[in-house]
Parts: sequence; structure tokens; C-alpha cells
Amino acid sequence: MIFDRLLSGDPPRSRMLALILVAILAGLLFTPFAFPGAKALNVAAKICIFIVLVASFDLLLGYTGIVSFAHTMFFGIGAYGVAIALTHIGPTWTGVVAGVAAALVISLVLSLVIGLFSLRVKALFYAMITLAVATAFQTLASQLSDLTGGEDGLTFKVPELLSPAFSLREQPFLGVSLDGRLIAFYLLIAVTVALFLLMLRIVNSPFGRVLQAIRENEFRAEAIGYRTVVYRTFSNMLSASFATLAGALLALWLRYNGPDTSLSFEIMIDILLMVVIGGMGTLYGSVIGATLFIIVQNYLQDLMKVASEGVGKVPLLRDLVHPDRWLLWLGILFVLSIYRFPAGVVGKLRARAVRRT
Amino acid sequence: MKSSATAGQAMDALPTVKPDRLPLLLLPVLALAALPLTGSFSTWVTLTFAGLAMGMIIFIIASGLTLVFGLMDVLNFGHGVFITLGAFLATSVLGRMTGWTESESLLRNLLALLPAMLAAVVVAGAVGLAFERLIIRPVYGQPLKQIMITMGGMIVGVELIKVVWGAQAIPLPLPAAFRGSLLFGDAAVEKYRLIAVVVGLGIFLAMFWVLSRTKVGLLIRAGVQDREMVESLGYRIGRLFVGVFVAGSALAGLGGVMWGLYQQSVTPEMGGQINVLLFIVIIIGGMGSVGGCFIGALMVGLVSNYAGFLAPKVALFSNILLMVIILLWRPQGLYSVGKR
Repeated sequence: MIFDRLLSGDPPRSRMLALILVAILAGLLFTPFAFPGAKALNVAAKICIFIVLVASFDLLLGYTGIVSFAHTMFFGIGAYGVAIALTHIGPTWTGVVAGVAAALVISLVLSLVIGLFSLRVKALFYAMITLAVATAFQTLASQLSDLTGGEDGLTFKVPELLSPAFSLREQPFLGVSLDGRLIAFYLLIAVTVALFLLMLRIVNSPFGRVLQAIRENEFRAEAIGYRTVVYRTFSNMLSASFATLAGALLALWLRYNGPDTSLSFEIMIDILLMVVIGGMGTLYGSVIGATLFIIVQNYLQDLMKVASEGVGKVPLLRDLVHPDRWLLWLGILFVLSIYRFPAGVVGKLRARAVRRT
Repeated sequence: MKSSATAGQAMDALPTVKPDRLPLLLLPVLALAALPLTGSFSTWVTLTFAGLAMGMIIFIIASGLTLVFGLMDVLNFGHGVFITLGAFLATSVLGRMTGWTESESLLRNLLALLPAMLAAVVVAGAVGLAFERLIIRPVYGQPLKQIMITMGGMIVGVELIKVVWGAQAIPLPLPAAFRGSLLFGDAAVEKYRLIAVVVGLGIFLAMFWVLSRTKVGLLIRAGVQDREMVESLGYRIGRLFVGVFVAGSALAGLGGVMWGLYQQSVTPEMGGQINVLLFIVIIIGGMGSVGGCFIGALMVGLVSNYAGFLAPKVALFSNILLMVIILLWRPQGLYSVGKR
């Protein structure tokens, strides 16, 4: 069946999960028409970008069992690649291609070097070393201000087809003007879906099975005859390339890039939370995690504002539900989900589906 | 008679392990190498003292982290929370005692600082106890979960600190008598740095004494070497571990007070920022080694001060460069501990 082939023989395996996934996809597709306004469109675009980014991180964390804190570094390389290329070459498609290609090469080399140097050691060391490298890279990016724009970042123009000035038709369609932003948005969704299906293909290939074997029992995988270091390094490089592509998408969508938008450690924490809450070791988890997290990040504050007004002047409680404290509640959810449902939302839903049959 | 003689022979036959003193040389070598580069002697003295002060504070914070790892293979990515907590407690305590901190008398300043440090130690220790129970205990022996859960603990901890103290930076001025510097010839040494060095050295010596001269210390060192062996001899290593974790958290709280005074302002993010530095220090020292941690901390302090003066751009990466160089020389860190 074609559908099964598209999903690489790894369907959601839970009716509820399938429904949610379809709802998310439909929600994203109809955002420009159903929810007018720039904020909704930006949130939807961010969800798409983070689905790719979180799925690429899951390739590493969930499928191979490697904790890396340098994932935003590759995300940043992709974003800076596009930003720098478009600033210097000008808003052309050549610029986009050149930027993405250069960023991919840099990411591949960097991830290869990091992988070969430090994937031989224990998980803890790898986590610490990537943390140090990522911090150094962040400093580097803000120091090389001639190239990267320093702390201010770079604002640039994108190819005309994607810019807001471009217009497909004079009259609006269903109340939405058909401009370059809309084209960019649908292009973004298409690329997201394509990249997601590609990653699904990878994790369900024989190569992906080896990665899972390494995650489950490294010693045994080695004993069967797989060079685990080689596989882990490959996994690291693949994951880095997808993160780079996600970064390029981010830069193209925002038409801006700076250290805070793509490199900061907060984003790293966010990705970690998304993977774990959605469900490690299943790419569908990244869709759920990213969507849930970003919607919460953008709209929980509004809800908490209401709650905090409702609570009134009760001292401690008021501070706990203060709109700026949204991360507190997600952090608690994160800790609880590691204890209570390590397989995340997706794991929970699948377990329920199994119980029912 | 005879049996005691054979016992004496057996004692002689035991091979004595030659202490590895080579890493000890690193500090003087590093300091002397920097002397011709800095140009003037007085600048060198100032920089060296600044580096030692910074190193001592880092050591106070990092020592607990490395011991906890050595004992239980638990690496606490949330260690930074205790630093932040200590520093914020200091702002609260010292903020209420402005009368004493602003007076010129050294005694009153100290009397103000003492409760601040005490509060930091006690509260950070208590929170450490809870942290161990709630966050770390359920995931012993699962490194992947440990990394994530301690990270999660840090997120929640930092947010809770923001709930209590707000998200803004709070200034933490030095008590009046600690401000300014002393002049030794041409070299100016800030008074507070002198104090930091003294306090740091005091804590190092106390810790050294506990670890090498008491029974608890013996058990801790033995536990770091081989946990199962100590357990099989009938000691509850779990309890020992809780004690070390609490002590480490309390020291991190104390270090937080000192770091906050060093920076003269505290932010909720300060703990996370120091975390990277701590990891570098304990990797350099060899995971689990207190002595290595001490040398590593002082080296990181010295190198970042020298580099900050000589080549400010390089200074941002100097710590990582230092780590790479040390690891190329000794891949396990300065002192490799136990079976690792």
C-alpha cells in the first residue's frame, strides 16, 4: 500500500495518535485561512521547523542513545549559513543553495570530528564535551561580528518569490492575500513533510535497526559484528545535517538570524523537553512534542495571565502562575514524564492501543 | 616474637605506591611561564592573585560535583542550581543587614557575611537532600536518564528561584571593609580576592584533612576506588553518598555566595553559566579526584586571567584549549581514579 510505503512501514499504530497527527497536519495546512494574523502563522511555521529539528535530535537521543548538547550548534550553522550567504550574495536562489551547501559541509565535518574524538567515551563525557564545544561555538559566533553580525545578528532579504512584496494575484483568496509569505509557508510545510518522511525512512532502514541495537545494548551490537563507533558517528552526522537544514528553514522564514534565535542554550533545553515529552525513540513523538511545546510556549502565557488575575493577591500562588513562569510547569512535566512515562505521549497512546486489542 | 617479625617483613614487602606529583608542578610552571609574557612583575602578581581567587571559588563549587561522580557515577547537571540558590540567599541576608555591611568595621562586616554564608550552606544542603531524594535516587545507574533528569531539576529549580526572587539581576555589593585593594610594592591585590584565596585554601585543607585523616574520609576514598568492595565490607555506601551529596550541595551554596560577591551581582542564569566551567575543571582533574579538581580549578582560574590580559579574544576559549591540551597529555585527566 502506498501509504504504508510513505511511512516506511512504521505507521502510528494507535488510532488516537493517527487522529492527532492528521489534526496537526490539517491545522498547519489551514492556519493561514483559519487563524488570521501574523502570530498564528509564525507559530505554525515555528512548529514545522521544530518538528524537523526535534526529529533530528531524536535520531541521536532516542534512536542511538547519545545525549548531545551541541545540537543547537548545527541548527545555528544552518541558519548562519543561509543568513551569511544571502547577505553577501544577495537575495537569489543561488545564495540559498550556496548557503545551505556550505553549512551542510561545515556541519558534516564538525560532527565527524566531534564524533570520532568523543563518541568512544561514555555518555556522560560526550554530554559534557558537546556542552563545552557548543558554548565555545556560541561565543565564537558572537565574536566574529564582521561575519555574523555579532549579538545583533543579520537581517537579510530572501529570494523575491518568498518575500512579502511578491504577489501571486491581486485579489485576496478567501480573505487571505496570496503573497510571498504564503508561498514560503507552504514551501516550509512541504519541506518539513519531506524531511520527516526521509528521517522515518532512515530509522526504519537496516541502518536504523543497528542504531537501535546500539541503544539497547552496545556491547552486544559490537559482538554481532557492527562497528559501533562508525554507526554512532554516522548517526551523529545525519542528525547534524537535518538540524542544519532545520536551521536553514528557520533563517529563510524569519529573514533574520542571531545568536539568540538559533544558538542559545535555551533552545537546546527546549528541544530536550520536546523530545522527552513527545516520546523518545519514535519520530512521531517529535511531532507531538514540538507542537505541544510551542503552542504552550506561545499560548499558555495568555491562559496563565487569566489564572494569575483570577488568583488575585495570594502571594506565592500568584507568582507561581505568573505568565513568565510557563517554563516551570513544562519543567515539572518534563521531570514527571521521565519518571512516569519515559516513552512520552506517543508511548502512552500506543500502549493504550495495544491494551485495547 | 617470630610472628611479629614476619609481619614486619610482610610490611616491607608491600609495594609502596609512588605518589604522582607531576601535575603539582603544572601550577608553578604555568605561573612562571606567564611572568615574562605579562611584562611587569606587579601586573603578574595582580593577575596571579585574581586567578587564584577565581580558581579557589571554582574549586569550592566543583569539589562536591567530582566526589559525587566518583562515588556513585552520578553527574549532576543541576549542580548550578545550588550556586544560584546560595548567591540569592546572600542577597536576601546581606540586603537586610546593610547597617553592618556598610560600616567600616571589619568585624561587623564579617558578622554580616557569616550568617549569609551559613544560610547558604544550610539551605543549599537541605535542598540538596531533597534533590537527591526526588531527582537522583530514582535513576541510579541509568546515565541517559540521569543527565536529562538533573537537567530538568535545574530548569525547575531556576524557575522556582525566579518565583521567589524575580528574574532580574540583583546587585550584591561587597561589605565596605572588603572593597578596594592592598598594595604590595607596585602590585595591587584586591582585598576580596585575598579573602577568597584564604577561605578557599581553608576549605581545601579541611576537606583534605577529612578525606585523608578520618574514617569517613577513608570510606569515601575507598568508595570512589571500588564501591562494591566497600559495600561487601558492610558499609552502607548509599548513606555515605547522601552525605557527600548534601555536603557538595552546601559547598556549592557557599561557593555561590563567594562567586556572587566576586561578580557583585547575581542572576538566575549564573549557575548554568558556571556549569560549563565546572565540567571543564572536573574533566581536567580526572573525574572523582579532589586533588585533581583543586589543581584543575586553579589552572582554569590562572589561565583565564592570564589569557584575559594577554589576548582577550582567546580568553573565551582558553579553558577549552586547556582541557584539550591536558587530555592529550593524560586522556583520563590529571589523576585517574579507580576503575574508570
